[in-house]
Amino acid sequence: MSTLEALVAAARPEAARVITFSQAVREALAEEMRRDERVFVIGEDVAEAGTPFKVLSGLVEEFGPGRVIDTPISEAGFTGLAVGAAMTGMRPVVDLMFGDFLTLVMDQLVNQAAKTHYMSGGKLRVPLVLRTTLGATRRSAAQHSQSLQAWVSHVPGLIVVTPSTPYDAKGLLKTAIRNDNPVVFFEDKMGYTDKGEVPEGDYAIPFGVADVKRPGEHVTLVATSSMVQVALKAADELARQGVSAEVVDPRTLFPLDKETLVASAKKTGHVIVIDEGYERYGVTAELAAVIADGAFYHLDAPVKRLGAMDVPVPFAPTLEDVTVPTPEVVVALTKRLLAGEA
Amino acid sequence: MIETKEPSMSGALRISAEVGSRIYQQMWRIRVFEEHANELYLAGKMPGLTHLYTGQEAVAVGVCEALQREDYITSTHRGHGHCVAKGARLDLMFAELLGRSPGYNRGKGGSMHIADQENGNLGANAIVGGSAGIATGAALSAKMRGSGQVAVCFFGEGALGQGLLHEVMNMAQLWDLPVIYVCENNRYGEYTHFSETTAGTVLGRAQALGMKAFEVDGQDVLAVNEVLTQLVAAARDGGGPALVECHTYRYHGHHVGDINREYYRPKAEELEWREKRDPIKLFGERLVAAGLASAEELAALQAAVREEAAAALAFALAAPFPDPSEVTLHVYA
Ligand SMILES: Cc1ncc(C[n+]2csc(CCOP(=O)(O)OP(=O)(O)O)c2C)c(N)n1
Repeated sequence: MSTLEALVAAARPEAARVITFSQAVREALAEEMRRDERVFVIGEDVAEAGTPFKVLSGLVEEFGPGRVIDTPISEAGFTGLAVGAAMTGMRPVVDLMFGDFLTLVMDQLVNQAAKTHYMSGGKLRVPLVLRTTLGATRRSAAQHSQSLQAWVSHVPGLIVVTPSTPYDAKGLLKTAIRNDNPVVFFEDKMGYTDKGEVPEGDYAIPFGVADVKRPGEHVTLVATSSMVQVALKAADELARQGVSAEVVDPRTLFPLDKETLVASAKKTGHVIVIDEGYERYGVTAELAAVIADGAFYHLDAPVKRLGAMDVPVPFAPTLEDVTVPTPEVVVALTKRLLAGEA
Repeated sequence: MIETKEPSMSGALRISAEVGSRIYQQMWRIRVFEEHANELYLAGKMPGLTHLYTGQEAVAVGVCEALQREDYITSTHRGHGHCVAKGARLDLMFAELLGRSPGYNRGKGGSMHIADQENGNLGANAIVGGSAGIATGAALSAKMRGSGQVAVCFFGEGALGQGLLHEVMNMAQLWDLPVIYVCENNRYGEYTHFSETTAGTVLGRAQALGMKAFEVDGQDVLAVNEVLTQLVAAARDGGGPALVECHTYRYHGHHVGDINREYYRPKAEELEWREKRDPIKLFGERLVAAGLASAEELAALQAAVREEAAAALAFALAAPFPDPSEVTLHVYA
């Protein structure tokens, strides 16, 4: 066991077991609801149905319909209710079925939740978590496939969390629920069945602490959420070809652990930033700017970006599949970058 | 079209002299606060602009007199009246209007965002209809906590055009939430008469949901108070939400800078409301007629309020602006 692995293992309180990403989310919610009776879940088909993705199955049986609240199809309405409930002593967790529906809740999230603490001179607080999804390639077409984390990352007052593993999902969701700010928590809908080691006990992962998912020497792959697995697969292939890639996951887009990103960039001198949101004006642009700013004199090449293609997500698999970065694309770009051709 | 609705002047007053004085004083405090706010704008002493509540005092006071301190309200861009009626201090309100450090929001909110959580005011809101979710959520929270609190959502009839209001009213009715939706129908949304923007009736929107709905003369503070007292008591007992449409009028423009208004509403109409339907004048006359106060006592109340307001304003004008170093304070809790 490497030193790093030993440290990680020691930081985990109990023997790890393997569960899925959605089980990890559910477990975090259940543990927090047991711990704090102010925590409740609100959204469409969250109770008996347990959401269309079955992430919340079993919660209503334990906590009852008074704390796992099925709503009408009123995204702005139930998000607004959550803002008011959060301002008055509760800790709501909003379930927004698809990230694409952020369009419908933007006023409540951006003009109300995000600004209330500041505008009130620090008197009012909005301890609210809004869980939603991101990710394409589910053949769901343009209105159910977007990764809109850049939109909310743009807004002061919001915290944005993008877990990539079951372990991170559980630990970060607990931190989100215990935090006194509005938090938008993105789950990769294609990653719900991914498995990973997750301790049974209580643990929380602090915001603003990136995680080096794989150490390496020649190139840094900064990847978020769904793109972390893509980067890790690319790193496997690169290793076979003699290239050592470091994969860094910021885990939270705000607060952002700039130090870890910059330190990795300084070490390898080559960086590719990968996020499933649209590339144009996207998360990759911000991360690349942060890295260029902090590590410019240590870089051997420009920071490269890989995001979703700037098109509405198409339906046909042959079209959809080319809109999202894949391990093959990452490998090819890395080789060009290291060859001084990118 | 001018809506004329005869104020109800009949009937003995079922209030004590003490309550009568308080109601009168609260309405007068709003009136005088707004006079100063207008002057501050005209004299160029106020950053930005503001929306005056003058003319609508009976709604805010009639409603808030039916509430306890712990009860919640959410307010609007035209929110000074709600804030005063719910128990706020004039000095801290003036300070906020002027962007000064001791203001209710440390100068970070201004006129359109004053919040006074100690008195249950969850804040004015500059998004029309934007606080409907917050009020309804506060009611959901009160119900979940079993606190017995009630929430009132103040909104102008212009907010009826917003989908959010209808979404949350539906949930409030479904779940019997203790929230009262108070629609202040002052006839105009900005520079447009409400008949040009509103199909059907205001009450009909609630009735379609099976929600209790009442219409009341918003210039009659006791009429407003009576309806609200009943509805608040019912809501506290689990009787669910209600909507109340209060017919009222704003004397000034949409905001302090809206001075030439004849293109959207005739002077004669303004005069009619000011002279025949002024809520403070009408209530004062009723107090005197019922022997609950003398004209001299009312004049003394007025003078005392003027003194309070002048001192409050002087405090605010002398108060410091926030230090620039505070700009990053309270972005996150
Ligand atoms: C969502 C939104 N749209 C438009 C505006 C601009 N605006 C401010 S006040 C107002 C009129 C509101 O009318 P009403 O709700 O009846 O309140 P009143 O001003 O009459 O008190 C408008 C259109 C806004 N602030 N928010």
